[in-house]
Amino acid sequence: MPGDVKTAQSAAEEKLVAEFARARGSLPGAAPVSVLRDAAFEAFKVAGLPTRRVEAWHYTDLRIAMRDALPLASAPKSDAALKQKLEKLAPPIADLATTRLVLVDGYFVAELSDAIPKGVSVTALSDALAKGDATIVESLSAPGMGQGDAALALNTAFMQGGVVIDVTSGMQVAQPLEIVALSTESSHAIYARSLLRVGAGAHVTLIERDASAAAQAEQRNNALVVMVADEAQVEHVFVPAVLNSASTHVASLLAVLGAKSSFNSFTLAQGGGLLRRQVHMRFDGEHAKGQLAGASVLRNKDHADTTLVVQHVAAHCQSREYFKTVLDGEATGIYQGKVIVAPGAQKTDGAMKSHAILLSDGATMNNKPELEIFADDVVCGHGATVAQLDEDQVFYAMARGLPKPVAEAMLLEAFVDEATDRVESEPVRVYLTGLIGQWLSQRGAA
Amino acid sequence: MIEIRNLHAEIDGKKIINGLSLKVNDGEVAAIMGPNGSGKSTLSYVISGREGYDVTGGEILLNGENILEMNAAERAAKGVFLAFQYPLEIPGVTTMTFLKACLNAQRKSRGEAELSTPDFMKRVKAGAEKLGVPQDMLRRALNVGFSGGEKKRMEVLQMSLLEPTFAILDETDSGLDIDALRIVSEGVNALRDPKRSFLVITHYQRLLDYIVPDTVHVMSKGQIVKTGAKELALELEANGYRDYVGEAA
Repeated sequence: MPGDVKTAQSAAEEKLVAEFARARGSLPGAAPVSVLRDAAFEAFKVAGLPTRRVEAWHYTDLRIAMRDALPLASAPKSDAALKQKLEKLAPPIADLATTRLVLVDGYFVAELSDAIPKGVSVTALSDALAKGDATIVESLSAPGMGQGDAALALNTAFMQGGVVIDVTSGMQVAQPLEIVALSTESSHAIYARSLLRVGAGAHVTLIERDASAAAQAEQRNNALVVMVADEAQVEHVFVPAVLNSASTHVASLLAVLGAKSSFNSFTLAQGGGLLRRQVHMRFDGEHAKGQLAGASVLRNKDHADTTLVVQHVAAHCQSREYFKTVLDGEATGIYQGKVIVAPGAQKTDGAMKSHAILLSDGATMNNKPELEIFADDVVCGHGATVAQLDEDQVFYAMARGLPKPVAEAMLLEAFVDEATDRVESEPVRVYLTGLIGQWLSQRGAA
Repeated sequence: MIEIRNLHAEIDGKKIINGLSLKVNDGEVAAIMGPNGSGKSTLSYVISGREGYDVTGGEILLNGENILEMNAAERAAKGVFLAFQYPLEIPGVTTMTFLKACLNAQRKSRGEAELSTPDFMKRVKAGAEKLGVPQDMLRRALNVGFSGGEKKRMEVLQMSLLEPTFAILDETDSGLDIDALRIVSEGVNALRDPKRSFLVITHYQRLLDYIVPDTVHVMSKGQIVKTGAKELALELEANGYRDYVGEAA
């Protein structure tokens, strides 16, 4: 049948096949891991890079965006220059002491990282894979989530860096953990996968902060798996780097929530090439609370795609999704949120919101909220809006003496603040609003 | 002092102001009355510099300087103030933050030093007390969830802080009960000053019992068709606008 005709491999796909054949023997992990890699790569080969024909990728054609596949990054040399670069590109967050775990080109660099606090253990992904611990391998593959996603399969096949973090049950980790992911200045591909396992009743904050000099095109395809045990609480903040405009960045998050646990995740996208933020969150235990929030501030030809799949498997859980997007220039924003309520997930309480403001004629926002409800006693709702700045409000502020760029920045900041307000930690909120303020002031200066 | 000479303005190709001339001297309170659709609100927007209106002729001189080339923020810094008929709600921006940003933006534009936070707080608190604006309102998002009366009081508080030389009150009485009208009017009257002029736009004579004007102008079809003393307002209240609406044709 004509429908079965396989499209020819693109140049990037061909390169990925060659790269996998070349690197396969040296990627970390013995038998259970290499079997996982091979299966993932086979799945990728059948599917190819995601195109608009794949429903979950309808607004982001990775096959077109990735004209070429860059070579895999090799392990960095840890030297004084690298330390300087880290200090320059990722200075500490003001008024917030964190335990830093530094990844360079995806590889964990212990010498640049801080001492690990009591009750927390950190292992480089390569070491964890080499040990072949069955529970780690199983957790890393996040069973039942993101299956069929070719980009995630690529990450599974190539994962060469990242960290495995375990938090002991009952541990209240006072100081946030911060994964700083830095890239060196060569044009290459980074595939890191990290795992955060939080024991029952434990409490931890994880900040993921990417940094890049943005001088060269990069291809980042990273994933974080978070397993939140019963009654554990996890705060998570992700700040992807502003990459070179020819870059692609797929950042997957897979979170599994136990009973009475809570998980609160926030992402700030500031543009820079193509960003695909994909999150799968699943409620496995009853009475858990999960929140996914974020803000995207985009200009030029930035492309930022936020795609969420929230699965309510257990009953009595609460999910919140709350996203704000500001678009200028010829930027493209995408919000796809799908909430699935399984037949047994009665008393689910779900609310999803995505609001966007377009600042220019050339900017585009695609909003696609979806509910799939198979239980009959639930409260689920969604709302999505796309608007322009309110001219009446701008005039009101100007008539009081605020110059137009200042008036607009004030209104936009207030708009985005409604999302950043959902971040628990005040110093982190101040850090995020500072980044948004910088973006806004650049707009005013243009 | 503000002087408007032979002003013509239109929006989306529709002529609204048709050769309007008007002068308000320092210390004078002038009222503009007129039927619906006579162009009163448009006049207030054109004077304060709202975008979207095409001024096709004439000039507006504020203390001798033509302000037509300035944007709304520049005009505000020069001393123009518009008290809105429907003050806008600004979610996410506290009243205090908004007031401070506006006051300091105007000061900066005039080359004056910005006010320190303690100085600013002192002024706001004093102003709020006079108008019976409770402190907790200042910490709430500007105008969000405020009653009609509270919004108008907030307009007068802003005016008292920004100290304009020329203030337009656009239908300030709309949506106010008698008590609120009295409080707002007292606030305005307290700001009457030999160096400050007012243009009070209203449909009804009622407001002018509280804010007593020096002059009354009748506006129809985008022009001033009659000018008189405060008694003119009473006459209009008794006879309506029918004697004047034809004159501009």
